Amino acid sequence: MTETAERTDHHIDVKEFHPRVHAAIHNPKIRKNFRSAMDGLMSKRRNAFEGWDLETLRDLGANIRLKALANLPDLLEQLEQKLTENGVKVHWAVDGDEACRIVRDICKARNAKTVIKGKSMVSEEMELNHYLEGEGIEALESDLGEYIVQLADETPSHIIMPAIHKNTGEISELMHEKTGTDLSNDVEYLTASARQQLREKFMNADVGVSGVNFAVAETGTLCLVENEGNGRMTTTVPKCHIAVTGIEKVVPSMEDVSALLALLTRSATGQHITTYFNMISGPRKAEELDGPEEVHLVLVDNGRSSIYQDDELLDTLRCIRCGACMNHCPVYTRVGGHAYGTTYPGPIGKILMPHLIGLDEGRHLPSASSLCGACGEVCPVKIPIPDLLVRLRQESVDGDKLHPAKVRGHGAKRSSMEAMIWKGWAWMHASPGIYRFGTGVASKFRALQPSKAGAWTDYRTAPKLAAKTLHQRMKERGQ
Amino acid sequence: MSSRETILQRLRNRTGGELTVPECDFSVLARPDWPTNERIERFEKMIESVHGEVHHVSEESWMDRLAEVLNTRGARNLLVPKQHEIGQALRGAGRDDLPELLIYDEPIESWQAHLFNEVDASITSTRGGIAETGSLILWPNNDEPRLMSLVPPVHIAILKASELYTTFHEAMKAQNWAAGMPTNALLISGPSKTADIEQTLAYGVHGPKELIVLIIE
Repeated sequence: MTETAERTDHHIDVKEFHPRVHAAIHNPKIRKNFRSAMDGLMSKRRNAFEGWDLETLRDLGANIRLKALANLPDLLEQLEQKLTENGVKVHWAVDGDEACRIVRDICKARNAKTVIKGKSMVSEEMELNHYLEGEGIEALESDLGEYIVQLADETPSHIIMPAIHKNTGEISELMHEKTGTDLSNDVEYLTASARQQLREKFMNADVGVSGVNFAVAETGTLCLVENEGNGRMTTTVPKCHIAVTGIEKVVPSMEDVSALLALLTRSATGQHITTYFNMISGPRKAEELDGPEEVHLVLVDNGRSSIYQDDELLDTLRCIRCGACMNHCPVYTRVGGHAYGTTYPGPIGKILMPHLIGLDEGRHLPSASSLCGACGEVCPVKIPIPDLLVRLRQESVDGDKLHPAKVRGHGAKRSSMEAMIWKGWAWMHASPGIYRFGTGVASKFRALQPSKAGAWTDYRTAPKLAAKTLHQRMKERGQ
Repeated sequence: MSSRETILQRLRNRTGGELTVPECDFSVLARPDWPTNERIERFEKMIESVHGEVHHVSEESWMDRLAEVLNTRGARNLLVPKQHEIGQALRGAGRDDLPELLIYDEPIESWQAHLFNEVDASITSTRGGIAETGSLILWPNNDEPRLMSLVPPVHIAILKASELYTTFHEAMKAQNWAAGMPTNALLISGPSKTADIEQTLAYGVHGPKELIVLIIE
C-alpha cells in the first residue's frame, strides 16, 4: 500500500500496480499486520473443521452452487415471485451504475437524506457511497471495520475484515482525529465509542442498505451472516431496507443454506457459526411493531452474465465470498489487499475482477500468483482457481487456435515478439535435428551466457547450461 | 428491453454447453442422535466459547435465577413479552426482587429513544436451540418484536432442553421451514461481537453485550 491509500476506481492504472506492490513489500507494518492476521485465520479455519469430513462437505458445497447455477434464470424468477408475494420489491440492474440509480431513486422517493449501511461487497463494487454522496445523500458504514475504513477514506483491504491492514494504534489515532475519542489502545473503549456514535446514526437513518449472503428462491428469504448486530440494526431500524446482491447469490432452498453456512463461517474466520444469522423474508406486517415498512432487493448483474456464458469461467460464480483463498495466499499475505487496487483482492479478485473491469485493465491480475494452488485447496466450493488463473493468462495473451480468447479486453498482454519466440521454440522442439543442433551450439558457447538476467537474478543464481547436452552424454554412455 | 429481460435472456441463451444438475447428498451434515444431556453439554460448551452464559434451571426455579442474574447486574428494568407465558408468569408473580417489568406493545416509532437508551435487559422465548453450534432459534413476532433481542445490553433467552436440536439442518427439517418463513427469523449464537480492530475480540459492539440462556430441564 502506498502512504495515502487511493480510492478504488474502475480505472486501475496498470503502471501503478508494480509500484504499489513494491511499496507494500517494503512496508514492514503492512507485512506484519497481514502476516499475523492470516496466520491466525489459517489455524482457526483448520481447528473449526476438525472432526468434519471436509472433502465430502466441500463436494456438497460445490454441488449446491453448481445446481444453483445450472438453474440460475429459473431460480431468479422464482426468487422474484416469492419475494413479491412476501411484499418485497425486486429490481434488476445490468451494471453498477444502474444499481446505484435504483438505490438513489428509492431514497429520493422517500425523501431520504441519510443511509446506514451493513457490510456489502457488491455495494463496494458499485461504489455506492461515492455515488450517493454526489446525490446529496449521506451513506455511513456501520460494520466496525467498514466504519474505520470509511473514516480513513480508504477501501477494504480484505473482504471479511476490511480494516485488517491497520493496527490498534493507527485506528485509535484515526478515531481521535475524526470523531474526538481519546487516544487509547484499549479495543473495548474504541469499540464502545463506535457503538455510541453509530447508535445515534441508526436511530436517525432514513434507509438501511445491506448485502445478502444467500437469497433463497423457495421461500423468498434473504440471509445475512454477521457478528456485530449492525446488519440486524441496518435491516430493522430504518423504515426502508434495500438489499443489494449479485445475481449469482441465489440458491434453491433453505436446506442448501444449511450446508453453505456450515462452510462459509468456518472457512472465513474459523467460527462454527457467526453470532447472528439473519433471515429476512418480508417487510413489517400490519400487526408487527418494528421492522422496515419497505424492503427492496436489487439484483446486480455487472458482468456476471458474461462469465455465465463460458463453461469453464462459470465456476467463478460459485464463490460464496468467504475470503479463505486470500487468507491462504502467499502473495496476498505479503502485499495486502490494497496493492491489487481492485474491489475484490487476492485469488478470487484475480479471477473475478478481469471480468468486471476488462482483462485489458486487469491484465496484471492473473499473473500476480505463484500458482501454488493453496486457494483451490481451501475453497469451500472447490473453485479451481489455479486453472482459472492459467485460463486468464492465456486470454491475456490472446489464447491460441484451440482456445480462442473471449474475455473482454483479451490479448492486452500479447507481444508479437514474445509470440514469435514461442513459435520458434515450439518449432525447434518439434524438429529433432534442429533441436540437437541448437542445444549442441548453445552448450559450446555456454561461456558467453550472461550471469545476469534482469529481475530474475536479483534473488537467484542464473541457471547455467550444461557442458554437454543430454544427447551427447547418452551417446558417451554407449547408448 | 428492460434490464430484467436483458439479464434473464442472456442467462437463458448462454453459449456454453448444457449444464448438468449434480446430486446433493446432505448426509455429511448429520450428527449422531445425541441424547438430551449430551446435546445440552455440547450447546453449553459452544455458546460459552463465544462468551454466552448458561444457567440450568427448572420450571419452578427459573424466576429465582432470573432475579439473581438481573440483580447482580443492577438492571433497573426488564423488557418482557406481553402474551407469552414467560411474560405472563413474570407479570403475575408479583415479586419484589425483580426490576420494573416493561412490555413492548406499541410500534417502535413511539418509544425508540426509550428502548435504545433506557432499557437494561430483555427476556424472550426461543423456538429451540442447536447443539452443534450453540445457537438459539428465534422467530420474532408482535409479542416479541425484532429489536427486543437486539437493542438492550443484556438479552436473556429461555430454552427448553426438550427443544434442543442436533444440527441446523435437523432443526429446519423438523420445523418444516421449507413451507414458509416468517418476516424475520434468526439464529443467535452469543452476544454481539467484533474482531475488526486488529483481530482483538470485543463484545457488545452493536447488539447485546451479554447473552444469558436459561435452559429449562
